[in-house]
Amino acid sequence: MATEASKGRWLTAGLLAPSSIWFLIMLVMPLVVVAIFSFGERAPAGGYTASFTFEQYANLPARLKAFQNTLTLAPLGTVLTLLVAYPLAYYLAVKAPSRWKLALLVLVIVPFWTSLLIRTYAWIFILGGRGIPTLLEFIGIEGVRLINTPTAVVIGIVYIYLPLMVFPIFVSLEKLDKRLLEASNDLGGSPFRTFLQITLPLSIPGMATGCMLVFILLMGEFLIPAILGGGKVFFIGNALVDLFLQSRNWPFGAAVATTLVIIMLVIVSIYMRLMMRVSAHREDVSIM
Amino acid sequence: MTSPAQTDTPDIRFENATKRYGDVVAVDSLSLAIDKGEFFSFLGPSGCGKTTSLRLIAGFEQPTEGDVLIGGASMVGTPPHKRPVNMVFQHYALFPHMNVADNVGYGLRQLSPRPPKSEIQKRVDETLELVQLAEYGKRRIWELSGGQQQRVALARALICRPTVLLLDEPLAALDRKLRREMQIELQTLQRDVGITFVLVTHDQEEALSMSDRICIMRDGRIVQSGTPRELYDRPLNRYVADFVGKSNFIPGKIATVNGRSIDIESDGGMLFSCNPSTEQDTYTVGDSASIAVRPELISIGPPGSNAEALGTDVVIPGRIQNRIFLGEHTEYLVSTEKYGEILVLSPKYIESVRGSFERDEDVAIGWKNETALALEDT
Repeated sequence: MATEASKGRWLTAGLLAPSSIWFLIMLVMPLVVVAIFSFGERAPAGGYTASFTFEQYANLPARLKAFQNTLTLAPLGTVLTLLVAYPLAYYLAVKAPSRWKLALLVLVIVPFWTSLLIRTYAWIFILGGRGIPTLLEFIGIEGVRLINTPTAVVIGIVYIYLPLMVFPIFVSLEKLDKRLLEASNDLGGSPFRTFLQITLPLSIPGMATGCMLVFILLMGEFLIPAILGGGKVFFIGNALVDLFLQSRNWPFGAAVATTLVIIMLVIVSIYMRLMMRVSAHREDVSIM
Repeated sequence: MTSPAQTDTPDIRFENATKRYGDVVAVDSLSLAIDKGEFFSFLGPSGCGKTTSLRLIAGFEQPTEGDVLIGGASMVGTPPHKRPVNMVFQHYALFPHMNVADNVGYGLRQLSPRPPKSEIQKRVDETLELVQLAEYGKRRIWELSGGQQQRVALARALICRPTVLLLDEPLAALDRKLRREMQIELQTLQRDVGITFVLVTHDQEEALSMSDRICIMRDGRIVQSGTPRELYDRPLNRYVADFVGKSNFIPGKIATVNGRSIDIESDGGMLFSCNPSTEQDTYTVGDSASIAVRPELISIGPPGSNAEALGTDVVIPGRIQNRIFLGEHTEYLVSTEKYGEILVLSPKYIESVRGSFERDEDVAIGWKNETALALEDT
């Protein structure tokens, strides 16, 4: 019996080994390297020299604007994406005729088939001088400037991240037992109240997953602000690109990156705890 | 009379109600009245239109033609949330994100104006007490057993005091013993609350044991409706006799029609005297018909027994092909030379008098003429 049990343990260890080693080399080690660099000093020609100083962290306020932008536009972008994605997911899961469903779902994914860079560039023309502002002038609204503003960045965010939000919500609405809606209807709940009391709370898991995905990716976003913000709307991601590639100030870049990781850890764990409470012991709910 | 007497208005009326899905006719010009305070059942195999009929009452479906009336008022166009009926769903459809008390109180919270919290709390407690779940308000739905979930569904549907309670296969998910218990409980509950119950089931035992009246359906139409005893003792045709209880059928032709006695000449050549199954004069000499005998009305004895010994009018020799011991009675499958296999249900006390029979043993079986029914083949 003992040999059976130990055999099982070895098998478990053996099967977990590849992923554990991968995790260690690809995830933990780079993070440790970054953390070590963040306590170092910039070499005269750029790069890193070993040292132990908190100077880089003391310097963080120099990039305050990037932190502010990220910490306001990432949550805002997430919420707006959710607001746009929910009705779309609801239509796809509940209202769309079943023979169209698959085709409509594919349409949501189609943009993924083109490079993110090209799609974001396309928005320069849509939001730029000869795009929407010109159209607005036609109906008498003049002097609207979109490109290189936070608004342009947020519009880009909603566009790019929409599918990531639509799918988890779609799944949770699709698997919603339609008999629950009939039961609510039968007990006197109008269609609108049924939505508020049954559909909405039961799609929280999908919304939570979608928000999590979009928010985490947004915190590290640099492409959309770089292209649609025109260097005027700066995210932490842009600061990192600048610090590592342009000014080659690796230790300061590492300090910014480490701070970002810590902020994310705090926010995500608070969020998880919150979701845990909302879904208290519910078997039909998963956090991600 | 200026105002119609309450008891004269049936609670539910179908008037030529038809429901079509494309080319498929689910319910075919159904006309039917369900009385106030009645325990009424729709019985039939799946696809016979019984569930659609129930959904027509609930308002989840609208009739393609005809009308459905509740309490004398036409319900065509009235959405489910404005109908005075509540439903117990097949798999309960309890709200997973609410605890037991919130599930039960759901109907009250939809009322406008919404009753005060204390009032809702009080009614929830009362209703939970009614279904014997007094201490379970704070429990989560999945912490309950199947039988308890069933009771929560019942409480949730009853709390608004509907004029009619609809039950869609409410006991199908329970095991046999629990099902029996719940059948008795449902019946008692119905008497206590005095609400009209409309049950949909494919389980004949369930329908027979609980209902005041049963409507047997096939292909969207009513085959026969009546009290359980009427359906059991006087089935209109083979379909009903086969669906309600078990029955033996011996095929033949009508030989003579003589008032309350019909002689059928079986394909095996023997003449059987039977009772008609309807009051109507629909029997024509020469038509094909079956002799139907319930297995529990057949007497079994040792080979060579005469009619007197068996206490019957008819005697047929046979051989035991199979024997199933069922506790309170024994089921024998007797093969006969001319009439095929005949099922016989022999109660324990007969065994105590005549002894039991083994497989491959020769026996004699028989029945009294008035227990056999002449059924036309439809």
